[in-house]
Amino acid sequence: MPGQRSNGEAVIELHKVSTRFGSHVVHADLDLEVRRAEIFALIGGSGSGKSTLLREMILLQKPDSGTIRVFSNDLQTLSDEAALVLRQRCGVMFQHGGLFGTLTVKENVGLPLREHTNLDDDLIDEIASWKLALAGLNAEAWTQYPTELSGGMMKRASLARALALDPELLFLDEPTAGLDPLSAGGVDELVRKLRDLFGLTIVMITHDLDLLWQAADRVAVLAEGKVQGVGSMAELAGMDKPAVRQFFDGPRGRAAQQQGQRELQARAPVSASKEKP
Amino acid sequence: MAHPSRIRWRPILFNIRTAGFDALPIVGLLSFLLGIVVAYQGADQLRQYGANVYIADLVGLSMMREFAPLITAIIVAGRSGSAYAAQIGTMAVTEEIDALRTLGIAPLDLLVLPKIIAMLIALPLLTVFADVLGVVGGMIMSRVQLGVGYGEFLDRLVKAVDLSTYLVGVGKAPMFAVIIVMIGCFQGFRTKGGADSVGRQTTRSVVQSIFMVIVADALFSVAFSALDI
Repeated sequence: MPGQRSNGEAVIELHKVSTRFGSHVVHADLDLEVRRAEIFALIGGSGSGKSTLLREMILLQKPDSGTIRVFSNDLQTLSDEAALVLRQRCGVMFQHGGLFGTLTVKENVGLPLREHTNLDDDLIDEIASWKLALAGLNAEAWTQYPTELSGGMMKRASLARALALDPELLFLDEPTAGLDPLSAGGVDELVRKLRDLFGLTIVMITHDLDLLWQAADRVAVLAEGKVQGVGSMAELAGMDKPAVRQFFDGPRGRAAQQQGQRELQARAPVSASKEKP
Repeated sequence: MAHPSRIRWRPILFNIRTAGFDALPIVGLLSFLLGIVVAYQGADQLRQYGANVYIADLVGLSMMREFAPLITAIIVAGRSGSAYAAQIGTMAVTEEIDALRTLGIAPLDLLVLPKIIAMLIALPLLTVFADVLGVVGGMIMSRVQLGVGYGEFLDRLVKAVDLSTYLVGVGKAPMFAVIIVMIGCFQGFRTKGGADSVGRQTTRSVVQSIFMVIVADALFSVAFSALDI
């Protein structure tokens, strides 16, 4: 089972996190833990505060109270220097790519390397090409500008940039939103491959039931400012809280569940044999 | 591990070109026309007193002290201030600002500082250019309207305009530069939501920076008269 690969050490710990926008409470004393080398998914309805939580984990926003620890660094009391070091250990793929419009795709991927390393240009070019190939972007797109790319290519380019500094922790914001089913299927595989090859810890926000069934080790359901349930999709399917049920009931939920369970069974013997020494 | 925040030469040079060099034709043309207008309006009055040659005083002082710095700053606020707000606003909407932060690049270092440095260089130079074109416009109009020859005009101009007058005009430009860049960038960073917000912030940046430029100019006038410069 995929869940057994993580060794239980916590990479991100959230303790009693509360966030408010004016009088609107987004998170109320929320607790959450992400372990090393797992694929962790955050799900929840619109406005449930998934994106806000992600922004808090990547130092773009601060919660009103509570502590967030990433690699044992308390984000509330982090110095600027420590924040810079931490940011280089994290990669973020934004929902709309967040690619720099004035740079080509390859320059986008090379930018973090140019900023934070003293490597020479040829080497940076080589690393950028390799990351782009890893993210599955065709070579003809490398010299194009972000506006010339399709949505799917933009996400792959953004992923390549997130991987540029060899992060230990990768955040994906809606990795399959707006993609055609074929590319979305490719993302499932890519996410699993990244974790298996590099031991990356991956935190993603998604609505994509297929991705949840295919790739996620653990899933947290967010609603009413709290985590309503955490576990593998199979475990969550057994819970009867209404906020959790909505992802399994209804025709789409049921179809994805059946498909997911079929594929998990089909994959089980393969992954079992792979794990033998 | 981390570089100290370093001077980014490429964006500075790029901004000097877009905000300064590319603005030369419009700044030149408008201050030339302004010079013509000032001379034309003054010509009638001076002719009545037979003080034709003093047209050089009128054109020289008003252009160099007030009009050239002001018109240059207003044009640049409209051209570049809006561009800064739109650029940064679009980057905020497309998550590029967030991306910069997560990549450990301070948006102020990359997006604001080079613009301030570039504008501090470009705007005074543009003002000097506007001074020249404005005086040329006034000179041509003086000859047409009052028959004051170019040589005569320039002789008088040198006597009428001393160095401090010239420096007062050019000296306002750095202040205007800071106002334009700060307001443009500030409004850009305040962009939230979608594309309509970019338009709103851009409009706001132009209105506010032109407003502030004129207010600052008025304050300069008050201060200079108090200091008797």
